[in-house]
Amino acid sequence: MAKTDITPEVEAQVQEAPKAAPAAKTIDSKIPEGPLAEKWTNYKSHQKLVNPANKRRLDIIVVGTGLAGGSAAASLGEMGFNVLNFCIQDSPRRAHSIAAQGGINAAKNYQNDGDSVYRLFYDTIKGGDYRAREANVHRLAEVSNSIIDQCVAQGVPFAREYGGLLDNRSFGGAQVSRTFYAKGQTGQQLLLGAYSALSRQVKKGTVKLFPRHEMLDLVVIDGRARGIIARNLVTGKIERYAAHAVVIATGGYGNTFFLSTNAMGSNGSAALQCYKKGAYFANPAFAQIHPTCIPVHGEFQSKLTLMSESLRNDGRIWVPKKKEDAEAIRAGKLKPTDIAENDRDYYLERRYPAFGNLVPRDVASRAAKERCDAGFGVGTTGLAVYLDFSSAIDRLGEDVVRARYGNLFQMYEKIVDDNPYKTPMMIYPAIHYTMGGIWVDYELSTSIPGLFAIGEANFSDHGANRLGASALMQGLADGYFVLPYTIQNYLSDQITVPRFSTDLPEFVQAEKDVNARIAKLMAVKGNRSVDSIHKELGLIMWNFVGMGRTKEGLETALEKIKEVKKEFWSNVRIPGEADTLNVELEKALRLADFIEIGRLMALDALNRNESCGGHFREEYQTEEGEALRQDDKYMYVSCWEYQGEDKEPVMYKEELKYEAIKVQQRNYKQ
Amino acid sequence: MEKTINITLKIWRQRGPKEKGAFKEYALNDISTDSSFLEMLDILNEQLINKGEEPVVFDHDCREGICGMCSLYINGHPHGPDEDVTTCQLHMRRFNDGDVITIEPWRSAGFPVIRDLMVDRGAFDKIIQAGGYVSVNTGGVPDANAIPIPKADADEAMDSASCIGCGACVAACKNGSAMLFVSAKVSQLALLPQGRVEAASRAKAMLAKMDELGFGNCTNTGACEAECPKSVSISNIARLNREYIKAKLKD
Repeated sequence: MAKTDITPEVEAQVQEAPKAAPAAKTIDSKIPEGPLAEKWTNYKSHQKLVNPANKRRLDIIVVGTGLAGGSAAASLGEMGFNVLNFCIQDSPRRAHSIAAQGGINAAKNYQNDGDSVYRLFYDTIKGGDYRAREANVHRLAEVSNSIIDQCVAQGVPFAREYGGLLDNRSFGGAQVSRTFYAKGQTGQQLLLGAYSALSRQVKKGTVKLFPRHEMLDLVVIDGRARGIIARNLVTGKIERYAAHAVVIATGGYGNTFFLSTNAMGSNGSAALQCYKKGAYFANPAFAQIHPTCIPVHGEFQSKLTLMSESLRNDGRIWVPKKKEDAEAIRAGKLKPTDIAENDRDYYLERRYPAFGNLVPRDVASRAAKERCDAGFGVGTTGLAVYLDFSSAIDRLGEDVVRARYGNLFQMYEKIVDDNPYKTPMMIYPAIHYTMGGIWVDYELSTSIPGLFAIGEANFSDHGANRLGASALMQGLADGYFVLPYTIQNYLSDQITVPRFSTDLPEFVQAEKDVNARIAKLMAVKGNRSVDSIHKELGLIMWNFVGMGRTKEGLETALEKIKEVKKEFWSNVRIPGEADTLNVELEKALRLADFIEIGRLMALDALNRNESCGGHFREEYQTEEGEALRQDDKYMYVSCWEYQGEDKEPVMYKEELKYEAIKVQQRNYKQ
Repeated sequence: MEKTINITLKIWRQRGPKEKGAFKEYALNDISTDSSFLEMLDILNEQLINKGEEPVVFDHDCREGICGMCSLYINGHPHGPDEDVTTCQLHMRRFNDGDVITIEPWRSAGFPVIRDLMVDRGAFDKIIQAGGYVSVNTGGVPDANAIPIPKADADEAMDSASCIGCGACVAACKNGSAMLFVSAKVSQLALLPQGRVEAASRAKAMLAKMDELGFGNCTNTGACEAECPKSVSISNIARLNREYIKAKLKD
């Protein structure tokens, strides 16, 4: 890998005092003054704006076309900015937001069940185990209603009641029905809505699309983000793009685990390149493990398929009460339908009577792991639990269940070759989403001026655990209703800055670095495919940085990741040439970054000596096996700063203050 | 129950859009019938890489049948022999030991081959850009429940909207027509009051763009509906034709 340029002064400092505590950088999250509920209104009233004539003189690069990137690019284009929008897929419509199934939350209270902006805010903070920033989450809850209005106006066909009004359902971690949905394809419909708005701007000429382009580096000039280096995935050409501001909307890094519910192309490279250019990476250890995925079944497996959380509205999760029944099922001697009602352990209903099957994802995932580790798991591997619809079918009839979940049942049957109307589904937790990401302040600005991060790519709103149907909400909130405002506060003093030439030395150097990195990879000419090494990394991550983490395990992970890194850089094989379409090279570039991210995740998990949300350190649990936080020590966002190749990153703390909410242990029992 | 099969693949290999392509044969042994079709191709590619050969290039991403990225013309069918699935959801249990499986890219004037099995479907984006939207800006829209929409209309709009833009309809059509794709979007928006306002101009603009980009016309063979992995109905084309005629009569 091309060595990052380090000035002699910096190098001297590092050599002199490598372990010394860094000068305590203050992390300024720029939370506006005033009462929580008025912060966003106040901010908008007083922020600086850019007038229409000046907007068209300003260029904004948006990397990613999912819910966050697509909606941001469209909205910025509508406002009159000149937008360059990049994606790695062949069309912006294929971003992985499209795969979100269940729904999107909003505090509309259309069901008259006591919902409110405060309650959505409260549920999100609590669901995130008190590790999210209050002001951001309240703003998220505030704008949630506008999202639904916007999407309906675009022609998103949300599910409706017979009276013609919008229907809702429930998701985990909430006692109200606030989730709007479009069959089991809500992400698809919302993304196509954003894509249609984006397409309209492309026609108007305000947005220019760059499909099949992958960002490989960020260009920083005089401390500000001024452009990107991208690889044209069809021609293999390395290209330079300049702008007044850069927005990263490239999603999460769940594919560090190789097997995840993410799309095959989903990656953390754009985020990692920003980190290497000085943007803080926040809470990398916070990854969400989704409880209802189709279990792993073979070594050839390329990805894991999610079964929507909405299924937990009507499906009941259980394992056999008796170990001998579980053993017989694993041996193929008994079928789940042979187990009498009294011999079934509906463990979520047993442990969490108030929320039952609709506890948050981290709680449901851990409970499944606990039962399987204790020997009650089913399936041939013993790493599966049942999700059973028989009582829903008895209560509602098969037709109603089919209308609600038909496409999910069909998907399950195609993959597993088993009919879930007749026999319960088998599910097991899998990596799904990353709450951690690029650190941003209230304005969604990273620690590099002019660089913004939105959607899953940033860290901001979900704390240590994201509630179901909140990812779509956050992506669209950032893209439609937050960034288009806050970015103007930055751009208002950029109106006199002329367009940048991509011949500036910073662009030349960045392109040189990218080319050197590619040349180094191509020169390895080893014996192993990218995927085979990625699988090795994934297994380490799952075993040691997965659902249950320990100090020893994380230390082992760090050692093993180091070995994987060495193996990768000395033994990877990339056939073909770099200056043309080369899928293996694309994968190798991403894996190089996943290895770094995996390391960062393990470091962060090792640093956080507590359990919270999806981060479960086995040393820190209550007697009942629930996550045990250490609020006096760890009520902060960990912000990691890159110090150079093979140097330990430095961690700064953004202390979290809770003013509107009383911090307590999460309780889903009563 | 899991078993393994031995198969022979005949795969279209083509270096670039202007270069001549040809079928190449590969024998593949011990493929688990529980693996997906694309996982089977992953195994082939792993073997090719280990032999120092270039892997077969094909488009894929979500691998759960929703992104529309995967394609492949398998044994003469877009997305293969199974019904209502995309290639990524097709599993090897649909094949038998000893089968010869022919894999080609989408073949259509509208979708030039990029390499091997990967094609350029950028034309679909251009058709949507011609008018596949409701002209609303962010903000300043009415409350979501301000306009009640009959459930039947909303459900029908949802069925049309389930198109994933994969292009199987074009690949299946002997005329290379994109009518099912265009009509799905026109129908979705025409069925909803929000999209009604621009229904006429939308139908005209999208059809004109489709013609301009070299897609053929519809002769009602129904192949598109039969091969569509999302069962988008051909009745959408009838609705598009109605919208188009109405628009033309107003001209």
